[in-house]
Amino acid sequence: MASELLEDAVTDQLSALTASLRAQGSRVGMGELLNAHRALEAVDCTSREDARLALRAVLCSERGDLIKFERAFYDVFGDARVPLGASPFDELEGMPREVLPHAGIPATAPAPPQADADPTAVPAAWSDVELLRHKDFAAYSDLEMALARELIARLARRGPTRLSRRTRPSRRRGHTPDLRRMVRGSLRTAGEPVERVWRAPSRRPRPMVLVLDVSGSMTPYARMLLQYLHASVAARRRVEAFAFGTRLTRITNELGGRDHDRALERAAEAVIDFSGGTRIGAALASLNRVHGRRVGRGAVVVILSDGWDRGDPEELALEMARLRRSAHRLVWLNPLAAHPEFAPLTRGMRAAIPHTDDLLAGNSLASLEQLAVILEEI
Amino acid sequence: MTLTYVASVEEASEALASQGYLADRPLALAVHLAVALEQPLLLEGEAGVGKTEVARALAGATGARLIRLQCHEGIDVHHAVYDWDYPRQLLALRAAEGGVDEGELFSRRFLLRRPLLDALEADPANPVVLLIDEIDRADDEFEAFLLEFLADFAVTIPELGSVRAERPPVVILTSNRTRELHDALKRRCLYHWIDYPNAQLERAIVHARIPGVSETIANRVVTAVGRLREHGDLYKLPGVGETLVWARALLALGEDADLDETLGVALKVHEDVQRVRSRSVLDGV
Repeated sequence: MASELLEDAVTDQLSALTASLRAQGSRVGMGELLNAHRALEAVDCTSREDARLALRAVLCSERGDLIKFERAFYDVFGDARVPLGASPFDELEGMPREVLPHAGIPATAPAPPQADADPTAVPAAWSDVELLRHKDFAAYSDLEMALARELIARLARRGPTRLSRRTRPSRRRGHTPDLRRMVRGSLRTAGEPVERVWRAPSRRPRPMVLVLDVSGSMTPYARMLLQYLHASVAARRRVEAFAFGTRLTRITNELGGRDHDRALERAAEAVIDFSGGTRIGAALASLNRVHGRRVGRGAVVVILSDGWDRGDPEELALEMARLRRSAHRLVWLNPLAAHPEFAPLTRGMRAAIPHTDDLLAGNSLASLEQLAVILEEI
Repeated sequence: MTLTYVASVEEASEALASQGYLADRPLALAVHLAVALEQPLLLEGEAGVGKTEVARALAGATGARLIRLQCHEGIDVHHAVYDWDYPRQLLALRAAEGGVDEGELFSRRFLLRRPLLDALEADPANPVVLLIDEIDRADDEFEAFLLEFLADFAVTIPELGSVRAERPPVVILTSNRTRELHDALKRRCLYHWIDYPNAQLERAIVHARIPGVSETIANRVVTAVGRLREHGDLYKLPGVGETLVWARALLALGEDADLDETLGVALKVHEDVQRVRSRSVLDGV
């Protein structure tokens, strides 16, 4: 009886713990809860530290979960001995977000278009769409933004591919012989491999890294380009999205999920320095160091920025050089480049241009289409 | 010591230590749980912190057989589980002039066993530690297959039927985080993030792994590596592996050897080496 009571108490505590984890956005299910029980049975439960470590191993599934777990554990089992915010967690990106005020969240996206505004259904709308294609994002009305959403989603599906080491059956002769099918075929022809069949490498999406400047000078464009980032993350695999002003934030996870408006809201919340200053060099430095593995070899890196930089141009040049060496292709989208009199005069742009493979405008749907064409050719 | 004897955190810790792998308590506990709960353990951490070594040390200490599956781009079932020996099948077909029936052709005689099948068919009396290395290099399809594999410890070979493990192996997966793994796979696993060891532990590791190394060398190398990691402006930080090579280098050159001159042992990016030298990061070590 007593032990049953005790069991109930443990269950209550664990439920409180998992509830707190879920409230912080961790995915903890029934399976983890049951595992937590089993884990507690497997360790010496009189040791608070062991119980904590056991629960942590069971309930966390990625590095970002660790800090959430410490907080939840502290909430439920409340003991100051847990080193909250102590050294191992200082480096975690999540912390500053909790401490610093969320500033300058952009307005929520406009309502989805009316059914009769659907660009594919109504012929008259085609001309609107055509106009929209070349219109500068900065001049968009809310309705136009909503109209453009579907077009952007369609553009985002077009991305770079590469040859995979996986093969698939091919009609063309010449690649590697498909021995599996040849053996099968020979069974029908008394062991004589009459028919030759082949396999050829298949194509896979090439990793893509999108880095968006959300500083003050980019405000007119940042919202539409953020839509492009969201659509890319949703439409393709192996896409990483980052935003920066004075510091770099990874927003891939925030942009995930099907709910368009919520994704953009989450991303805006995660970026602490929306509409602030710009330090492109520092942002790329952190991309190269902290996220270097994600950029990896063979990724296409697209930087979306107007190149207005208050940082050190030398640092920018150095980091661009590094980025270009590790990336497969480095593309820079600059909304200002659409202007006929554009010349890369800003210090940042001058430092960056020698290290970019392609410089495109990024101010309209037409320019995003241009990007899609380039990406497809890669 | 066998796997069944890794019955507590202390024993897990001792087992790893007996192979020269000094684990901190959280890691020893994660290993103990992986054995006790028969659940796969996913290890993540920076390059060179000794993720793969955990499996090696555990197998070495417990006498279990280590089966390693190195993941790579494009890996599929035929690399990981089984394949048919097609050249021999074709030869057999021709030798018999078609007188071979299909059942014979797709029998165990022509089956090539790959690591995962090996692990399933291991003798239950002789346990197995299955190391699935660098899972982040495989693609999503393979990850999905692996999820299924880890759920049932069974695979189906269409021509032969299904194969199930009599005793599930201890599974250790490692990832370098070049990409995020699928949620479902992560939730199936226990998780542990291996951090760089603190200076005290790292010195102990140097002594455990390189017999004959002096206290001076261990101190100098661990201090130097610590400074490089704290510097914060390097593209690639040195791992424990680099610490060990550096200590070996000093052992070969003499314990007063210049650290700056041997920097290439720890740093492999030209800009990093330049930066460290120009800012005299290692002065006085």
